[in-house]
Amino acid sequence: MRVAGKGLVDHGVRVRFRFDGVTYHGHAGDTVASALLANGVNLMGRSFKYHRPRGVLTAGSEEPNALITVGEGAQAEPNLRATQAEIYEGMVVRSQNAWPSLAFDVMAVNDLAAPFLGAGFYYKTFMWPKKFWEAIYEPVIRKAAGLGALSGQSNTDTYEKAFAFCDLLVIGAGPTGLMAALSAARSGLDVILADEDSLMGGRLNSETGAIGHQPGAVWAAQVVTELAAMENVRLMSRTTVTGAYDGGMYGALERVNQHTGQRTGGAPLECFWRISAKQSVLAAGAIERPVAFQNNDRPGIMMAGAVRSYLNRWGVSPGKRVAVFGNNDDAQQTARDLAKAGVHVVALIDSRVDAVVRGAEFPVITGAQVCNSGGRKALESITFQRASGQKDSLQVDCLAMSGGWNPTVNLTCHTGGRPTWREDIQAFVPTAGAVAGLRAAGACNGVFSTLGCLQDGVAAGKAAAKALGKKPADVDLPVAENAPYRMSPLWAVAGKGRAWLDFQNDVSVKDVKQAAVENFKSVEHMKRYTTQGMATDQGKNSNVAALAILADATGRGIPETGTTTFRPPYTPVSIAAMGAGSQGHGFAPERWTTSHQATVERGAPMIEAGLWYRPSYFPKAGESTWRESCDREVGYVRRAVGVCDVSTLGKIDIQGPDAAQLLDFVYTNMFSTLKVGRVRYGLMLREDGHVMDDGTCARLGAQHFVMTTTTAAAGNVMRHLEFVTQCLHPEWQVSFTSVTEQWAQFAIAGPKAREVLNGLLDAPIDGENWPFMACGDVRVGGVAGRLFRISFSGEHAYELAVPSRYGASLFDALIKAAEALGGGPYGMEALNVLRIEKGFITHAEIEGRATAFDIGMGRMISAKKDCVGKVMAAREGLVAEERPQLVGLKPVAVDAELSAGAFLFDRAADAVRVNHQGHVSSVGYSPELGHMIGLGFLRRGPARLGEIVRLVDHMRGIETEVEICNPVFVDAAGERVRG
Amino acid sequence: MVELKERSACAGLVPLRLGSVTVDEVAPERMTSLSAYGDTAALSAALEQAHGVKLPAAGRSTGKGGLRCLWFGRGEVMLIGAEPDAALAEHAALVDQSDAWAVVSISGAGVEDVLARLVPLDLRAGSFKRGHTARSQLGHMNASITRTGPDGFQVMVFRSMAGTLLHDLKQAMAAVASRG
Repeated sequence: MRVAGKGLVDHGVRVRFRFDGVTYHGHAGDTVASALLANGVNLMGRSFKYHRPRGVLTAGSEEPNALITVGEGAQAEPNLRATQAEIYEGMVVRSQNAWPSLAFDVMAVNDLAAPFLGAGFYYKTFMWPKKFWEAIYEPVIRKAAGLGALSGQSNTDTYEKAFAFCDLLVIGAGPTGLMAALSAARSGLDVILADEDSLMGGRLNSETGAIGHQPGAVWAAQVVTELAAMENVRLMSRTTVTGAYDGGMYGALERVNQHTGQRTGGAPLECFWRISAKQSVLAAGAIERPVAFQNNDRPGIMMAGAVRSYLNRWGVSPGKRVAVFGNNDDAQQTARDLAKAGVHVVALIDSRVDAVVRGAEFPVITGAQVCNSGGRKALESITFQRASGQKDSLQVDCLAMSGGWNPTVNLTCHTGGRPTWREDIQAFVPTAGAVAGLRAAGACNGVFSTLGCLQDGVAAGKAAAKALGKKPADVDLPVAENAPYRMSPLWAVAGKGRAWLDFQNDVSVKDVKQAAVENFKSVEHMKRYTTQGMATDQGKNSNVAALAILADATGRGIPETGTTTFRPPYTPVSIAAMGAGSQGHGFAPERWTTSHQATVERGAPMIEAGLWYRPSYFPKAGESTWRESCDREVGYVRRAVGVCDVSTLGKIDIQGPDAAQLLDFVYTNMFSTLKVGRVRYGLMLREDGHVMDDGTCARLGAQHFVMTTTTAAAGNVMRHLEFVTQCLHPEWQVSFTSVTEQWAQFAIAGPKAREVLNGLLDAPIDGENWPFMACGDVRVGGVAGRLFRISFSGEHAYELAVPSRYGASLFDALIKAAEALGGGPYGMEALNVLRIEKGFITHAEIEGRATAFDIGMGRMISAKKDCVGKVMAAREGLVAEERPQLVGLKPVAVDAELSAGAFLFDRAADAVRVNHQGHVSSVGYSPELGHMIGLGFLRRGPARLGEIVRLVDHMRGIETEVEICNPVFVDAAGERVRG
Repeated sequence: MVELKERSACAGLVPLRLGSVTVDEVAPERMTSLSAYGDTAALSAALEQAHGVKLPAAGRSTGKGGLRCLWFGRGEVMLIGAEPDAALAEHAALVDQSDAWAVVSISGAGVEDVLARLVPLDLRAGSFKRGHTARSQLGHMNASITRTGPDGFQVMVFRSMAGTLLHDLKQAMAAVASRG
């Protein structure tokens, strides 16, 4: 219910939202939790394992119970915290893990079976038979116990990723963070102040204490206003710093539009930031810890600090009859604030016998402990036990509890650091220097008074300024509360029944003790055994209490027991945010050739070759299969002329006095002897002696070469050249530059290739001045280009290159000329058939395992010089006759199907692994021969020409007989290429 | 005789304006990659004599009149806006790159916010000043990024990636514009 005159929400703005199908109203500034509490809704979720009714426990991101799904359909987002999700007009919220409804949940029957379902139950019970675990037990258990579910649809929301840089990152905008930011900003540092709340100010927005002569929240707003006006300050609200990484790098998740529902026009839902900070101040505050007692999980039982937050920040009282139970002075403030606001405080129960409560306007019971609660879907009563042992009950609908405060040390442990135990506050604090450049200050450093936090913040801001060589500016400290933090440890109240520690995972005190009994005594083992500290809240509320109980059960101290490992992210980060921008067209760059548009306009299906897009084939009217198109395109090249964009092949310009020496070193064969104006085929080995790549290299001048690589290996070859020239021969005077993108290059292949060219070149060529393997400068319509007479089809062929700006235009001209001569464009399918017919290799053959010997090029490793890989290629295992070597394959039955990837076996042998004789690397249908042909590798292959072997493709279920043959199927004499 | 028509790398993709930021193509200029064979001092002297600019240090650029010289990676600079003097060939490989890159200008208030979504570099005015240049990533692409003014940058990626460049920039611009 709302409390008149309280709260920082905008009482003038009514916001309508739905929860489980019911429409409610809240105010601008409300969270789902505060608005539901204002409407008297206490039941917000069902627990993970036992489906116990649960209400809100906290008022922050550490909430274990009130997990909700926001949105509908593809945009539904599960496991958001009702304590953090801000309401907006039309918001649709659903509860989770309950069926058919939150009020009546069938699976609550689990709770009755609880005596059998303790920690380790599943491990012990579902052990046999073993294979049932994955198939039956686990799916059933997972279905019964769970958090929210994904929609199963493709996410339509937009997310973004961004980078930010600063001198100082301040994490948390409570009194400490505000002061740290202010002092650093006034000292001239570039400051980023990040806070996960929508409203900066931290606890100051939840407390009634004054700073100076004004309420803390008003003071905080003033500081925020001053910071916002400074050019060197960037305020990032709704931004949770989720991880601390090496080198001053922090991950942060900003909830950009989760509070607006805006999903259009590229507006991102969330942004995942990577913030690079020279220095940082952790001012993350502290989290209040519950006390474990029987049935301490009923809706209506919540943290004392959270009750103050709902009252002071949101103007809501979670109950009409409230009791407060604590072990520290801080809890008293909740009773005072409630009483002052007119809420009936039934009693303040303080576990300390010697507790001093001054000026109380409510009953105070000291030396007593709450030991049980009554009610089911809502709290109805509590039972407490006095020091004398006498038990009494109170009728209450809300219990505010406090077991003290745990500094939020998480980020200081993300790079491997461990926190330090402080006996005086019974809590872990950050170990100084745990994260380079990070200072913990304020409550997260164990400083719990407001004045102490302000002081610590100023000191941290100044220290950061000093560390960066700036003169720290002075900041006046206002007057503020400076009470000592008095507490006496109380982790769990003794008694029967289940006393809950980890609300999210339904882990009780008994479960932790059971873990110790079964020898899971390490805190990490206890965590895995009981699931304490897992899931969305990662045990923020329960970790310290659980290990304190484990310490007690094992007879060790808390510091000896230690904590489990804190890892990023601090709060959940959606995968969509981390992968932002990488869906669809953002997945990888798309490299388009200059002929891309014309190719697509001709209806060619595109295939990806590395990042490049290349045409598969160019369909024509009347063709119903790709094979028809492919056969026609092969025919262009064999009988007329075909045109193909080969710009995607790597082109590397190599110049310098030692250019020829470099080529001799990286290629197996000799290039220093190549004449200017000539091209040579070259083979390149890796250092281990296997083939790396092949291609042609043209000599344009005495010290000037252009190397081509295969499309896929262009980057590798470039890297290889860098390695050779930087590491092996830094003394060589040679430079190389990628010119792949500079030149648009087209293959013109077929008997009428020269005719096409002579229609376009400014000066015609003939067989005399442009023989096979010639190269040089030409002009096309006045544009300077390069012409290479090389062939990948075995036909009379050229490659013509012009600067890329002319590529589209030249492609059009070439196609037009080719079509006039009965030819046209051809795609990758035809290109593949043409090269298989000639036995030319690609990376289907030189796939990383093949040696020069295997592909019949052993003699290309020149004996007259050294080259990369030469020594290793000579290892006896790499030149053994038994190795599978390149052969041609043709089917015994003319209509038989061959498949790449199939294995080869002796005719009489079983088609099993140990009998395998080799494999098929490439296949295609040869229109020339009228049947399929293939290339493959066969043991002692070249010696077995004419032999029939078995081809078996186990994957595709293909089996046939093939004859081993010479890999050159067409024009074995190689006459056409010189024609 | 055939007449070849020019088509620039970003033809049909620019100008792109969203919010306060505009992307436009920089009119193609003569661009030559200079890679020294070894002695960069000799190359720098020759460059100064021929074109009046020194070889830029790593991450920097030099310029005079319409001519600019961008550091472009280890041992490489890009001479933009002039035919390279033939004398330079004695000290460095000269390679025409006029058609190899898609070159765009990105300008307007908030341009740093747009680039912060794609480039992992500190591009704040105090750290990355006018004339500063870097080879880095833009999205998944290798890029050259140079500050040209208080609200202006030049970005270069491989010519074939022009479509992806504009796609990625458009998304980032939309996200920034949506924040108002």
